[in-house]
Amino acid sequence: MAQEHNLAIFRGTIKFKNNVQKIWGVLIFLSIVTTIEVILGIIKPDFLVYTNFLHMKLLNWIFIFLTIVKAYYITWDFMHMRDEKGSLKKAVVWTSVFLILYLTALLLIEGNYIHDVYQDGFVKWDF
Amino acid sequence: MDTTVTNATTGKVWGGGTQPMGASYGKLMIWFFILSDALTFSGFLVSYGFSRFKFLDIWPIADEVFTHVPFFHGNFPMYYVAFMTFILIMSSVTMVLAVDAGHHMKQSKVAMYMFLTVIGGGIFVGSQAWEWGTFIKGSYGAVETRGGRILQFVDAETGHQVALADFATHFETDRVQHEAKNGIWFESESAGTTYRLEEVIAGVQSHENILVRTETINSEGKKTILDRSESLDILNQAVGVVEGANLIHNEYGHRLFADFFFFITGFHGFHVFSGVMINLIIFFNVLLGTYEKRGHYEMVEKVGLYWHFVDLVWVFVFTFFYLV
Repeated sequence: MAQEHNLAIFRGTIKFKNNVQKIWGVLIFLSIVTTIEVILGIIKPDFLVYTNFLHMKLLNWIFIFLTIVKAYYITWDFMHMRDEKGSLKKAVVWTSVFLILYLTALLLIEGNYIHDVYQDGFVKWDF
Repeated sequence: MDTTVTNATTGKVWGGGTQPMGASYGKLMIWFFILSDALTFSGFLVSYGFSRFKFLDIWPIADEVFTHVPFFHGNFPMYYVAFMTFILIMSSVTMVLAVDAGHHMKQSKVAMYMFLTVIGGGIFVGSQAWEWGTFIKGSYGAVETRGGRILQFVDAETGHQVALADFATHFETDRVQHEAKNGIWFESESAGTTYRLEEVIAGVQSHENILVRTETINSEGKKTILDRSESLDILNQAVGVVEGANLIHNEYGHRLFADFFFFITGFHGFHVFSGVMINLIIFFNVLLGTYEKRGHYEMVEKVGLYWHFVDLVWVFVFTFFYLV
């Protein structure tokens, strides 16, 4: 078992004394991120909603970014990926990131295309 | 053949007892299971994205759909899901504390943390069941057009949605539900909606302050509200009343939204449920001292990986279903 844990997070900015402390520290961080998400989701600041960035609301990009941040800390600290060998990290993360990005890109482009066909084409679907 | 291999390290690698990637067989396999399960979930979420992009300008706004909190009346978007998210993250924390206690071979601590994890998972599944129930029951009611579009009703002054019960006219009818016992045994019909279409339409006609809200999202990102004459006009297209949501009709908007809601949160809820069951088994094993005898608590760690993965998936479901 990986008894020795890597106790530093945020690239070594914060170093915890023991593993239990690190768990609580990560929980606090995840809670803060979730709270930010929920507050943003309830308030929906106008400048984030009406700013478009790469075909999407800036707010949605922020949500997705924060989600990936949360996913990183769940995997790295709760699932102890931080303590695993580089080869295991890469086998799991690269595979999933590549396949998911590929799938997402294909399907969202296609969904957008069908939307345009419904809107500008000769297909009438709202009868 | 003993002359071919002379390298000392190779001999060590092939000598047995070496674990690829420095992880035991079980841990490696649970990681690959998680990887494949992650791809399944991303398939679902991406197909949700596909349908959403396809119907981008009529897709329901999640904030207006999930507004209920148990024991409270009123409009509370997101609060309950946020609560569920915290519960799941908390149970992830107790799980990882159990793993940590396992590394130090503290049997009673592992048992306590496993128990707390099971409790957290139970609360989450219960919350999800409640959320499903509320969604299926519906809150306001709507009518559906021939094209499958949903028309909801709002108060002209406040702009808030109005329940069918608040304005529908009641007509006496002698129409009764057709049951299989009264006719040919294989023919029957469902109970039908509380209000019939003509009752709803008459209600709109007699209440000047009721307007129709369509699914179309306008440039401000809100659903379009028709004016009075348009409202009365579009009701000619209505073919039926919808109360609540199921796989075929959905009073909140596009039916695909309900389909994906049931499918994705259902699949995730099933994962949580099976996670709770597996955690229970491990909990009892810990109590029986199985891992104490085995000399290590790796099983707790492996189950923990699955449990964290369930939490991980929820983080994404939360974002793509409720936030974005």
